[in-house]
Amino acid sequence: MVCTDNIDFTIPLQPAADRRMIKFVLMVNRQGQTRLSRYYHSVELSRRAALEADVVRYCLSRKKDQCSFVEYKDFKVVYRQYAALYIVVGITDSENELSIYELVHNFVEVLDKYFSRVSVYFSLQSELDIMFNLDRVHIILDEMIQNGHIVETNKSRILAPLTAIDKMVES
Amino acid sequence: MALKIVKGSIDRMFDKNLQDLVRGIRNHKEDEAKYISTCIDEIKQELKQDNIAVKANAVCKLTYLQMLGYDVSWAAFNIVEVMSSSKFTYKRIGYLAASQCFHENTDVIMLTTNQIRKDLSSPNQYDTGVALTGLSCFVTPDLARDLANDIMTLMSHTKPYIRKKAVLIMYKVFLKYPESLRPAFPRLKEKLEDPDPGVQSAAVNVICELARRNPKNYLSLAPLFFKLMTSSTNNWVLIKIIKLFGALTPLEPRLGKKLIEPLTNLIHSTSAMSLLYECVNTVIAGQYSCSVGSVCLRISVVKYLGLLAMSKILKTHPKSVQSHKDLILQCLDDKDESIRLRALDLLYGMVSKKNLMEIVKKLMIHVDKAEGTTYRDELLTKIIDICSQSNYQYITNFEWYISILVELTRLEGTRHGHLIASQMLDVAIRVKAIRAFAVAQMATLLDNAHLLTGNMQRNGICEVLYAAAWICGEFSEHLENPVQTLEAMLRPKVATLPGHIQAVYVQNAAKLFATILKNQEGNTDSTAAQETSQLMIDRLPLFVQSANLEVQERASCILQLVKYIQKLQQKDVEVAEEVSALFAGELNPVAPKAQKKVPVPEGLDLDAWINEPPSESESEDEQPKAIFTKEEPKHSRPRHTEVDEKELARRREARKQEQANNPFYIKASPSSQKVYQETPGVEHIPVVQIDLSVPLKVPGLPMSDQYVKLEEERRQKERAEKKKKEKKKRKEKRSGRGKKHDSGPESEEDITPAHVVDIVTEEMPENALPSDDDDKDPNDPHKVCDIQGNLQDGSQVVVSVIFENKSDSFLKSMEFNVLDSLNSKLQRPEGSGPHDGLTVPFQLPPGVSNEARFVFTVQSIVMPQKLKGTLTFIVKDSSTHEKLDFKLHFTCTSYLITTPCYSDAFAKLLESGDLKSSSVRLEGVNMPFHHLLARICFHHHFSVVERIDSCASMYSRSIQGHHVCLLVKTSGQTVSIDAKCDEPTLLGNVLDEIKQTFSQC
Repeated sequence: MVCTDNIDFTIPLQPAADRRMIKFVLMVNRQGQTRLSRYYHSVELSRRAALEADVVRYCLSRKKDQCSFVEYKDFKVVYRQYAALYIVVGITDSENELSIYELVHNFVEVLDKYFSRVSVYFSLQSELDIMFNLDRVHIILDEMIQNGHIVETNKSRILAPLTAIDKMVES
Repeated sequence: MALKIVKGSIDRMFDKNLQDLVRGIRNHKEDEAKYISTCIDEIKQELKQDNIAVKANAVCKLTYLQMLGYDVSWAAFNIVEVMSSSKFTYKRIGYLAASQCFHENTDVIMLTTNQIRKDLSSPNQYDTGVALTGLSCFVTPDLARDLANDIMTLMSHTKPYIRKKAVLIMYKVFLKYPESLRPAFPRLKEKLEDPDPGVQSAAVNVICELARRNPKNYLSLAPLFFKLMTSSTNNWVLIKIIKLFGALTPLEPRLGKKLIEPLTNLIHSTSAMSLLYECVNTVIAGQYSCSVGSVCLRISVVKYLGLLAMSKILKTHPKSVQSHKDLILQCLDDKDESIRLRALDLLYGMVSKKNLMEIVKKLMIHVDKAEGTTYRDELLTKIIDICSQSNYQYITNFEWYISILVELTRLEGTRHGHLIASQMLDVAIRVKAIRAFAVAQMATLLDNAHLLTGNMQRNGICEVLYAAAWICGEFSEHLENPVQTLEAMLRPKVATLPGHIQAVYVQNAAKLFATILKNQEGNTDSTAAQETSQLMIDRLPLFVQSANLEVQERASCILQLVKYIQKLQQKDVEVAEEVSALFAGELNPVAPKAQKKVPVPEGLDLDAWINEPPSESESEDEQPKAIFTKEEPKHSRPRHTEVDEKELARRREARKQEQANNPFYIKASPSSQKVYQETPGVEHIPVVQIDLSVPLKVPGLPMSDQYVKLEEERRQKERAEKKKKEKKKRKEKRSGRGKKHDSGPESEEDITPAHVVDIVTEEMPENALPSDDDDKDPNDPHKVCDIQGNLQDGSQVVVSVIFENKSDSFLKSMEFNVLDSLNSKLQRPEGSGPHDGLTVPFQLPPGVSNEARFVFTVQSIVMPQKLKGTLTFIVKDSSTHEKLDFKLHFTCTSYLITTPCYSDAFAKLLESGDLKSSSVRLEGVNMPFHHLLARICFHHHFSVVERIDSCASMYSRSIQGHHVCLLVKTSGQTVSIDAKCDEPTLLGNVLDEIKQTFSQC
């Protein structure tokens, strides 16, 4: 048992930018329309739209063979394109970009497994899938990322609550 | 009643669900805003109904609209209603909406406390799960305080699904309600060893985050994390752990050693690029001696990160990066700008004398290809940065550099004309040998000025004309065809240039005019000279009309002058001498700190008041006025003579005393420097000394490429010469080493520059020399082990250096060299230059050590000194030249000689009153008193005069005869040393060194 007496339990106040975390996850299509957004730090609604537009425009303007990590203002953006959809993740400076890059792919694989009708990652059909099942995509995302940290990466574990819900709805 | 139910269900059938809303929005592309506002009205109606299903559907649609950027905070209460539904399908919609819309200031959150508590303790794990997820998004300090206990209980829930979520949300709770950390910590720590990997990963996440800001509190957990690191297979968890260790290692160096093995294993085994990157980053940050080089290659697959990592490696292991030069140059071709910029940054640190031309040539190709001015400008500045870094250290051929600069002027739309211009000026002024060439180039530029003037942008390329005109004017004696250049400078088109450039044109036209007159007056035909005057008189009025004051003034001044000259010419009077006298004198570059070297003239006391300081009340009253009168005293120096003679003599004496004690003051004693004192003047300001070994003359606008070739040839020639010499030597010495000198790749040391730039910093007083202590690389196999200073007569110091070869190869041709300072100089055999190295008289087989002695002359001994030096040697097997930097540390102690002293002489010395005293206290010295004394005697060359109980007096003498007396007392663990010496600076430094000796034990 660890002796807890000599541990200083004060948590120094840290500016949000300094924390190591995921700041937001966005899914946008080629037209720049947001299909899903999730923020892990509070951003005012009015500023969200401007931020999204800005980040998305920046990512869309980049060519396919350009680097997937972009420094944007005081944070970094990691994005990946799947057919018509872009997944854009905002992270703080000290987060490992590549791990997020891999996480995005993991997320897409989970989506693919759940919406098993589409074999090719993200066609137009799957964009509709995501829009119509926004709440479910949110559940998947919430299973993977919680308050800005990766919580689960195992596919079947991520989908377990969702399948349970589907069963409940059917019955 | 029945009707109402039927009506309700019919309504519901016609209600839109989320899918309908999405489709609707897609179908109303033209009037989307209007359509959505009708939808919101419908949703408001739906929310008024009692039916929870309808409400949930409405809230679901609201969530979608919120994502599109519509404010839905008005529905906050309805969201709470849906959250509290007992049916899970509705409840999750409520929580989802809440997590998207609520923030800390949403007031309805207060209402949710009990509902959330109920959900947390629900038997259904998904109820609990959804509540935890939601809570992580909108937890407030109040909620955290109220629910901390409930969440803590959940950390030990039977279901891992709940446990992992509870663990992770605790981090958020800690942040909002820090008091909860202490009671929760033991349980959190337990979770690191949870059988479920998900829970484990959550706990790692939380602790890593906590530890990042306060790492030392979590050192005790290191063994646990170490175990996890070797056992876990989850890459994301591993990354977190490695990051944590990155924060812990600075606090516990032993950890670093332990980490090397698992990190290297991971680096070689993992297929995940992210993990590899993290490992490399940690390795670099911790500077572990790992095989970093091989890793760079693998990492370079991901270019951006590879370059980022390389720039970090470059700082510590420059060699390993240099071998990837080609790869980095390839990155310049990349389509991605950020990659190209990173690569450029790297190149800056990679250049050497050998590869500079090659790298710049490649960069020039990129300049031509580059699209977009920003990147091109970036390239331009980088080229100039690379070439001019550390005083043009890497440039061996300045003609090549000038032609590069000229080529750069052909860039369109650059904003850095000013930069190019300042480089041209700098090089032309400082490298004397290049002036003729530079002038020829600049004349061509002026002639083709119309090509450049298209761009009138501020700081645009026309700025180079400023430099060109000035260089042509100032060094006009080198011009081949000055009349043509003069004509070019007075073209009407010039009037469109910016004012400050025109001004330079006018002024330098006058200089040119003077030179031309001088050339032409020798001839019998005087018409040519008169024609030139006429040309000036014809063209100058254009500038007299200029709107720019400076141009106007200069032009009219010069115009009148020329008119007068013309009059004289018509009377056949020789004027050239007088005209050129206007611009006589050569401009020499001056080191920025050269003023310091000008000795203060005898009798001038810079510290003395020239005007008596105004009384305080006065200065307060006239505060604003004082600002303007501040400069005045400088002009009224003569007043100083009013001070009476006696006072003056006294001051002079005091100053001399002070100067004698100041090691940084150049003293009058050494004969070579005596001249300074007698004839203070500008002649002694250090100026550029240039010698040009291969004069080259290339007419017209040359391409820089040809210089690369020429340079190659020059180097080849040199190499051949060197080889010849070597052969001769070998014959003479008959040294049958058997191994032929490899003429393969030339090493850095072999390249002698064609032109030399003065390294201005070397001319500085020694306190301008940079010094840092951590220069010795402990990992270097060829290590200079021990440097001892031994003393000889006067101020000569013999330093014996022990060379130990810790490598596995045979080392030969060692050359020992030290960068002399003003104070200490390495004694070199007669006939060798002041910067030559000394050959070490032996060779070193692997594992052998040997000693060599070097003599230094020291002027002042009162300050410790560090001398920078290099040891060059040849590794026999690979025939490569290697270089090892070191620092010689001359402590003040090393100038002391153990001299016995009798107690009565000692007492007399103390009584004499000539000695200044100082004292020092050492705390926590835990050793017997006689050990302490022995230590001082041994390390600091003192002898004990007398010892009484816990008190002792000690004595030592410096090589220049300073007496140093110590009185050492001890009580308990405190030692106090009272010291006296006739040289306070020396004493202070010796005491500091003693203090350091004891702080180490």
